[in-house]
Amino acid sequence: MASGDGNPTINDRVINQPQDGLFDVSLIVNGVTRTAWVPARRLLSDCLRHDLRLTGTHVGCEHGVCGACTVLLDGVAVRSCLMLAVTADGARITTVEGLTRPDGTLSPVQQAFADCHGLQCGFCTPGFLTAITAALEENPEPSPEEAREIIGGNLCRCTGYQNIVKAVLRAAELRAAPDQVDTS
Amino acid sequence: MKPPPFGYSRPESVAEALAALGSAAPDGKVLAGGQSLLPLLNMRLATPAYLVDINALTELGFVRIDDGEVVIGALARHAQVLADPATSRAQPLIGQALALVAHPVIRNRGTTLGSIVHADPAGEMTAVLALLGGSVLLAGSSGERLVKAEDFFLGPLESDVRPDELATEVRLPVLGRRAGCAFAEVSRRHGDYAVCGVAALAELDEAGGVSLARAAYLSVAGTPLVLDLTEAGGDPASAGRLAKSRVAPAADIHATAAYRRHLAGVLTERALAGALAHARERAGG
Repeated sequence: MASGDGNPTINDRVINQPQDGLFDVSLIVNGVTRTAWVPARRLLSDCLRHDLRLTGTHVGCEHGVCGACTVLLDGVAVRSCLMLAVTADGARITTVEGLTRPDGTLSPVQQAFADCHGLQCGFCTPGFLTAITAALEENPEPSPEEAREIIGGNLCRCTGYQNIVKAVLRAAELRAAPDQVDTS
Repeated sequence: MKPPPFGYSRPESVAEALAALGSAAPDGKVLAGGQSLLPLLNMRLATPAYLVDINALTELGFVRIDDGEVVIGALARHAQVLADPATSRAQPLIGQALALVAHPVIRNRGTTLGSIVHADPAGEMTAVLALLGGSVLLAGSSGERLVKAEDFFLGPLESDVRPDELATEVRLPVLGRRAGCAFAEVSRRHGDYAVCGVAALAELDEAGGVSLARAAYLSVAGTPLVLDLTEAGGDPASAGRLAKSRVAPAADIHATAAYRRHLAGVLTERALAGALAHARERAGG
């Protein structure tokens, strides 16, 4: 248990008995190491929002259907509502807050959403942005069909998706030609 | 909603995991990808007293071809199996089915063996295991046992894994040289659970005749249903009619029984036609 005695490894903290039912979880969130004491049942989404006060990650359905809570776990897009914070212990997490560059410039995907009107109320947007960011890393030049597959696991109740598909394709263009990003 | 309280450990070896499951039995539960378990916990449909998180058992994150079988470890994620070129070559049905499992983001986390152990009647990989006649290796405190596909599924969401056992790998036979396979399903929305789905396997004899035609069904029975359709003589349309007469699906909120039976016929025809074309292509090549 990490109660100040020595420097236990991440796994020592988790597999040993928790302290008062709480586990010491350490996450590298958007490049910064963050720690929190959480019960085993704390969802990663709630750990990010409540314990770490990163409320950019939105929670919609809490059973993996809507995609609003999508974050990147070691670079891979996952549902943060379908993962326990204790399971994520030691992982690198990227939330929507981490997509923006340190100087505040929007990422290509964020810029593309602004350019193409890819959002209205914005509730679902963090999940789209993270899922698309990871997908473009894997497939930098998606076809319109592939763009639809990329966003197939995310629900949006406002836009009708057409402008989000456009934003996926626009984001791919912006990634390929970064000098166009700062056109806003 | 949020999960109910439970005890938790993240063992670093299979032996530790088995010890944890043994002491928690019968109220322990294995947490692997969590893409089915976490929704059940969040909705409080499942209330295990203790979770044994196997995500640190990275030695179980393998996919390999071994002695005529594709062997998938308990921590291999759907996305990893789907992207494995050797698996696609050895048994194309696995990739055909995995492409239909939920959405890419779910496949990034969900494990292939986990979805089989979960034994959802709508699960694509349960049908693949049943159709190919594979097996699941279970580790327990008293040693290992290998359970054949036909004995593995006991009922909806119930597989033959005892509370103190951990499923460590699934073994799926590779596709024969003169064999082909295909998967067809219909769902209300892209990536949703299938209203009905069919995995088909066809084998040709040396003369090019159909020596075997078999299909497995999801969402039409409590456990994966496998039908031998060889007597249809390789005619997909008559195989479809045969299948339609042999399934007895139930109605639910998603579809009537009659619609499911209709889909079973149509999808049998489509999947078997695909499997036969695939087999002819492979036998010819």
